[in-house]
Amino acid sequence: MRPDLAIVADLIPAHARVLDLGCGGGKLLAHLAERGCTVQGVEIDDDSVLRAIRRGVPVIEGDLESELSTFADDSYDVVVLSQTLQAMVHPAQVLREMRRVGGQGIVSVPNFGLWRNRLALLRGRMPVSRTIPHPWHETPNIHHSTLADLEALLGEVEMRVVRRILLDEHAAPLRSAVLPNLRAAAAIYLVR
Amino acid sequence: MTNGLGFVETQRVVLGTEDDPLVLACGRSLSHVEVAYETYGELNEARDNAIFVCHALTGDAHAAGHHGDPERRGWWDTLIGPGKPLDTDRFFVICPNLLGGCQGTTGPLSTDPATGAPYGLDFPLVQMSDFVALHQRLLAHLGIERLLAAVGGSLGGMQVLQWTVQAPDQVANAILVASSSRLTAQNIAFSAVGREAIMRDPGFRDGRYFEEEAEGERGPQIGLAIARMMAHITYLSEEAMTEKFGRRLQGEETGGQRMGLGVDFQVESYLNHQGRSFLDRFDALSYLYLTRVMDYFDAFADPTAADRVRAGGARFLIVSFDTDWRFDTGHSVRILRTLEHAGVPVTFREIRSPWGHDSFLLTPPGYHETIAAFVDRAHEVGLGGAS
Repeated sequence: MRPDLAIVADLIPAHARVLDLGCGGGKLLAHLAERGCTVQGVEIDDDSVLRAIRRGVPVIEGDLESELSTFADDSYDVVVLSQTLQAMVHPAQVLREMRRVGGQGIVSVPNFGLWRNRLALLRGRMPVSRTIPHPWHETPNIHHSTLADLEALLGEVEMRVVRRILLDEHAAPLRSAVLPNLRAAAAIYLVR
Repeated sequence: MTNGLGFVETQRVVLGTEDDPLVLACGRSLSHVEVAYETYGELNEARDNAIFVCHALTGDAHAAGHHGDPERRGWWDTLIGPGKPLDTDRFFVICPNLLGGCQGTTGPLSTDPATGAPYGLDFPLVQMSDFVALHQRLLAHLGIERLLAAVGGSLGGMQVLQWTVQAPDQVANAILVASSSRLTAQNIAFSAVGREAIMRDPGFRDGRYFEEEAEGERGPQIGLAIARMMAHITYLSEEAMTEKFGRRLQGEETGGQRMGLGVDFQVESYLNHQGRSFLDRFDALSYLYLTRVMDYFDAFADPTAADRVRAGGARFLIVSFDTDWRFDTGHSVRILRTLEHAGVPVTFREIRSPWGHDSFLLTPPGYHETIAAFVDRAHEVGLGGAS
């Protein structure tokens, strides 16, 4: 499992009801199911859906931005949105829906404000890096943000940050929280 | 496909007797019930590898293999067989004909023990729960307590859904393809016109047509053929019909066609053929009874139904097809939403296929792969470790 997903998994209590939006091949949910969680995934990519099914992860194939509205209020303990928000057409609406459906939310995003990305821009080019792997014309990530931008949006949709875990470019936790918006390549937020 | 099961035989068993009648949902009971069924593969020692296949409205017990002519194979032969998604090297697959049908299982043309003559319209109005009750008797007969999976398309999927509501802990994995939890007004409307065509045919004779002498010509043949023609339109998408027939005329190649009121277009000829060939294999009374079962079915009418399903622990795979307008994706989504809201683990896919409702009998890309992935996982988990 990706190291950032292992960190996400550790934020989720055993036996929780978990909805993973953009669950990919279902690795996180399969792991959580082994820990007694009741899990449900949503995924749009054909091959990922098949892998999730083969893994025994219940998955609804569809566009999560339209699927989200069909989940009942407070029907999950935790709603996970891992490395997906930046690909949403309406990120604020997705966050509001997450808050409606789940008791807690876990949002992880790449940080466009990482010093390396800023350097690339200073050189006049869009950054391509480990956490922002696609060239600008091929990226599914249509709404890049810095951590400061994301935190402002979380405030706007009245999501309170319970915990923030800053990650380096290898998705390992940063040791210090000095200059997070410059030093973190990505971050995981536990929100309420 | 050349690989597959070889010669198979339909078996028959009596599952309802004077001493142990099948009591129906309507309160009446049947004191002699026979079931025609086929099985493929071997039941293992632990008896935990059984997969039950439920057929659609006009299907039968002959789901796979052949009865002598290797070219004429069972209706779901693409899905069932060695190495196929319902892999008969690993699974014991069971498929019976429906109660009320006309392919070997007791139905309106069977002899009523009380009169010694066929039931006709005296046959009780059976319901979806009666199908399941009889399926359960068949399982008991085969010595199977719990199913690894139950699979069905269209009406077959409706039976599977009913099974998980009625006996929630008996089905570990439920696969519903192009199915519905309840018909819409439009569905019922189509169903009604089909029945009207049959019952208004003078040959129907108040359902006593089987008393006629000349077997070959008796019964509401025109009505039944028209009912089939109309139903068949709903089984295909507009796209599929356009691709298959377009506006092509009969005998177009030879240039001999003139405008008339007969069978001018190729699509008309096709429908005529569908209607005619249906007469050889299906009975009008069965058509009335079975369509009525579908009309009245409402899986979640009881508001606790979905909760009971969750308590049973069944896992669901729900599949729809994007061009199906007989049971469009909305039908599947309704099942998905009801179950998901109750906390049941559900997998759902809408498969792209040009062929409409009939897609469930075909192999559009991604469809069989999805069933195989789900069933392979079910096999891995088995009946013990379902979570």
